[in-house]
Amino acid sequence: MPDPAGLYRTVRLIRRFEQRAIELVHAGEIVGGIHPCLGQEAVAAGVCAALRPEDQITSTHRGHGHVLAKGADPARMMAELAGRTTGLNRGRGGSMHAADFGVGILGANAIVGAATPIAAGAAWAAVRAGADRVVATFFGDGAVNQGVVLETLNLAALWRLPVVFVCEDNGFATSTRTEAATAGTIAGRAEAFGVPATRVDGMDAQAVLAAADAAVAAARAGGGPSLLECATYRFDAHHTWEHVARPRYRGEDELARGRARDPLEIQGERVPSAEREAIDAEIEQVLDDAVRFALGSPRPEPADALEFLYADGSRPRAGALS
Amino acid sequence: MTNISYLKALNRAVTDEMARDPAVCVFGEDVGVAVTNVTAGLLKRFGPDRVVDTPISEQAFTGFATGAALAGLRPLVEYQIPALLYLAFEQIADQAHKFSLMTGGQARVPVTYLVPSSGSRPGWAGQHSDHPYSLFAHAGVKTVVPATPEDAYGLLVSALRCDDPVVVFAPAGAVGVRADLDLAALAPVPLGVGRVHRAGTDVTLVAVGAHVHDALAVAAELEGEISVEVFDPRTLHPFDWAGLAASLERTGRLVVVDDSNRSCGIGGEIVATAAEQLRLTAPPRRVTRPDGAVLPFARELDLALQPSREQLRAALRSVVKTAWEA
Repeated sequence: MPDPAGLYRTVRLIRRFEQRAIELVHAGEIVGGIHPCLGQEAVAAGVCAALRPEDQITSTHRGHGHVLAKGADPARMMAELAGRTTGLNRGRGGSMHAADFGVGILGANAIVGAATPIAAGAAWAAVRAGADRVVATFFGDGAVNQGVVLETLNLAALWRLPVVFVCEDNGFATSTRTEAATAGTIAGRAEAFGVPATRVDGMDAQAVLAAADAAVAAARAGGGPSLLECATYRFDAHHTWEHVARPRYRGEDELARGRARDPLEIQGERVPSAEREAIDAEIEQVLDDAVRFALGSPRPEPADALEFLYADGSRPRAGALS
Repeated sequence: MTNISYLKALNRAVTDEMARDPAVCVFGEDVGVAVTNVTAGLLKRFGPDRVVDTPISEQAFTGFATGAALAGLRPLVEYQIPALLYLAFEQIADQAHKFSLMTGGQARVPVTYLVPSSGSRPGWAGQHSDHPYSLFAHAGVKTVVPATPEDAYGLLVSALRCDDPVVVFAPAGAVGVRADLDLAALAPVPLGVGRVHRAGTDVTLVAVGAHVHDALAVAAELEGEISVEVFDPRTLHPFDWAGLAASLERTGRLVVVDDSNRSCGIGGEIVATAAEQLRLTAPPRRVTRPDGAVLPFARELDLALQPSREQLRAALRSVVKTAWEA
């Protein structure tokens, strides 16, 4: 049973988190910029609502939504974006590598498609250990033309691994339209390997949840992988730098049409207004606290720049002569 | 004492570690039938849950091993030829190696990547003859090149027990080397610790992988003329700089033989570090493959690009006759 208010809360949290983060980028508090998922929140909310705490995800360079929906602490996530020692990754990963192993987040990944085999390996290890964990691996439409994703679909299908491949088709690989980059279809890629694929409205969190519930249940029952193709739309830039370079790849009309199907409004209409207002107020408080926590947290020591390079604790030779 | 080959020593190391630690598992192409012999007997003994034949999908099964490692396993991934590492480089150097730092210490990725018969097997031409260990040392991935059966055993065991990704190169010129060993005395060899195979006083000859055997042969030939100390770093990253420093304190002179391309090869790093920080009484010498080498097919062309014993002799004779100009 979907929990309309719960889904709305997640969508709202992601939306407002990113809007606050963009403010911090423009204020210079977050350096390096971020890849906002504004408009795509329903995919993260729906898929993660179908997962249990012990289930795992891998995410993408556009991963804030997935990470928050899977249960990462917004304050530690914001601190990570601000490069503070209290961040999820102690300021070593930032936006594109956010990870929280404690809640099943095996990391956002900055190389398109590269996390899919990692998800499959984690799923294989779970089966081998007799656990009934499921791993969801998020990737964009651009990733379906990466060889490693196709190799991984083959492996996951051959070995019936409990992996849910979640393709967020937002219409663009940076600026290249899906139809200009992808021969055949996204679902067809999966079907070629015998992996069932479902196309779902990625602007509707409940529709995503329903499809994800079925995929996760099948995977957990030993039915192997499946693919969810979520049709969604990115409301904002590929990256916050886009506001500087201003590449033109879509018109205002198209943007307006895309923004008209706002997952926040679609889900919000399913929640009584009083409850919605209470959720909104609560999230503002959570994010006020998150920003305060992030900006009030210590910055790492430059001398510790290569701490954690090796799991055995060793550090390499100095590069520059001291 | 038992006479065993380097390949058998690798096989024994994997077998012993799989028996000792149920987290150790093997992925690779044709590992079930053990095309390279490294995995001989493992499928029968440990079963298909631990010895997994993969499709020809190097990127996927390399990343797959990372995921399995994040979930608590300790995979060994075998590649039959070294050039396949180029396909998997992103998954090793950009993913597995970076996970610990990028996650702020949350993740460890204990995967061992093993390449039996790395380097030239004469007559295998351009795409089967590279020895890309310098690339991995450059990227900061732990990189091991054992020269002898006992080191092959001991270093592979240490790689499998290491919590970080480790690439183990078994040079083509070394895998057939045999030694009389007390099997009960085989033991782990720590990563990052070199080995002086032969003591000397005139010059330190740093030899990597199979060239240790050439170095020892040349040192024996030159006995009475030049006293050559043969130093095998065994691990290229981390490198045993203290061990090299101690050797140069004894000799003051340095020749390096390195079976990778000259420019940006590990030989260049050894010479540079010695020049910057260690005791050198004469200009050092390098014997390497040429810059940008692609090994041709014809045997005489292939061998023409390999570091040779003749080049070693010449470099040793040259370095003991020179000194820094006053």
